[in-house]
Amino acid sequence: MDLDLLFRALSDPTRRRLVDELAERDGQTLFELHVRLITWHGASLSRQALSKHLQMLEEAGLVRTEWQWRSKHHFLDRAPIRQAWTLWLGRHAGHDRAEPIEESAVTLRGPRTARPPRRDGVKDRDNKRRDLR
Amino acid sequence: MRIVLTSVLVDDQEKAQRFYTDVLGFVPRADVPMGEHRWLTLVSDDDPDGVQLLLEPDAHPAAKPYKAALVRDGIPCTSFAVDDVQAEYKRLRGHGVRFTQPPVTMGPVTIAVFDDTCGNLVQIAQQH
Repeated sequence: MDLDLLFRALSDPTRRRLVDELAERDGQTLFELHVRLITWHGASLSRQALSKHLQMLEEAGLVRTEWQWRSKHHFLDRAPIRQAWTLWLGRHAGHDRAEPIEESAVTLRGPRTARPPRRDGVKDRDNKRRDLR
Repeated sequence: MRIVLTSVLVDDQEKAQRFYTDVLGFVPRADVPMGEHRWLTLVSDDDPDGVQLLLEPDAHPAAKPYKAALVRDGIPCTSFAVDDVQAEYKRLRGHGVRFTQPPVTMGPVTIAVFDDTCGNLVQIAQQH
C-alpha cells in the first residue's frame, strides 16, 4: 500500500471522474471511458492522455485490467481507498456523529485520549462507504 | 461527390459474408472475383441502392496490427444505425455475438459495441 501513489492518483479531477464512471459501470474499455468523459464532462482529452490517467490509477491499485477475448477492460478496485482510510485518513476524519460509536470499540483501545479513536473492523465498512461519497 | 461505399477489413471474406448477412441481416450486392479475393459488397435490406459495405480483405501487413490495437482499446471500426439498440443487443446475444459494451445511453444516443468475428469491433447506435 503506497499512500503517495494513491493520493497522487486521486489528485487529478479527470482521474477522480474515471473512478466515478467505473463505480457506475465496472469493466469498461478505453473507448467507453473516453466517450463517457467527453459526453458527460465535456473533457477534451485525447485517448493517449486518458491512457496515461488510467495507468496512474492502475499503478495506485485503484484500477485493474482484465483481457476479455481481445479487449482490455478496466475494473475499479476499492481496496486501496479502504486501506488509506484505515491507515491514515480515518484517523484524522474524526467521529461521524450521526453514527453511534460502539463502546467496546473505544474501551478496547484503552482510556480515551484527545486523539480521535481509530475506527476499523466490520462496523466500519458502512461508515467508510458513506463518508467517501 | 457522394459517399457510396464504406469498408471493413475482414480476415476471411466468406466468414464475414456469413456473419454480416446471416447474423446482422445485410443482403449481398456485388460479388466479383478479383484474383485470390472478391469485390464483395452488402447493402441494408431496406435500402438496396444505399451505401454499400465492402468486406475488404485485411491482407496488407499493416492491417492486422491496426485492427488488433483498436480492438484492444474497445474502439469500433464502424457504426450502424438501428431503431432499438436494446432489442438488437438481445437478438445478437441470442446468436452468440460477443459484446465489449452493452447498450449505454450517452446523451442523445444509445450505443453498444460487439465483435464481428472477423477481427473488428462494430458499434450500433440509436438516436433518441
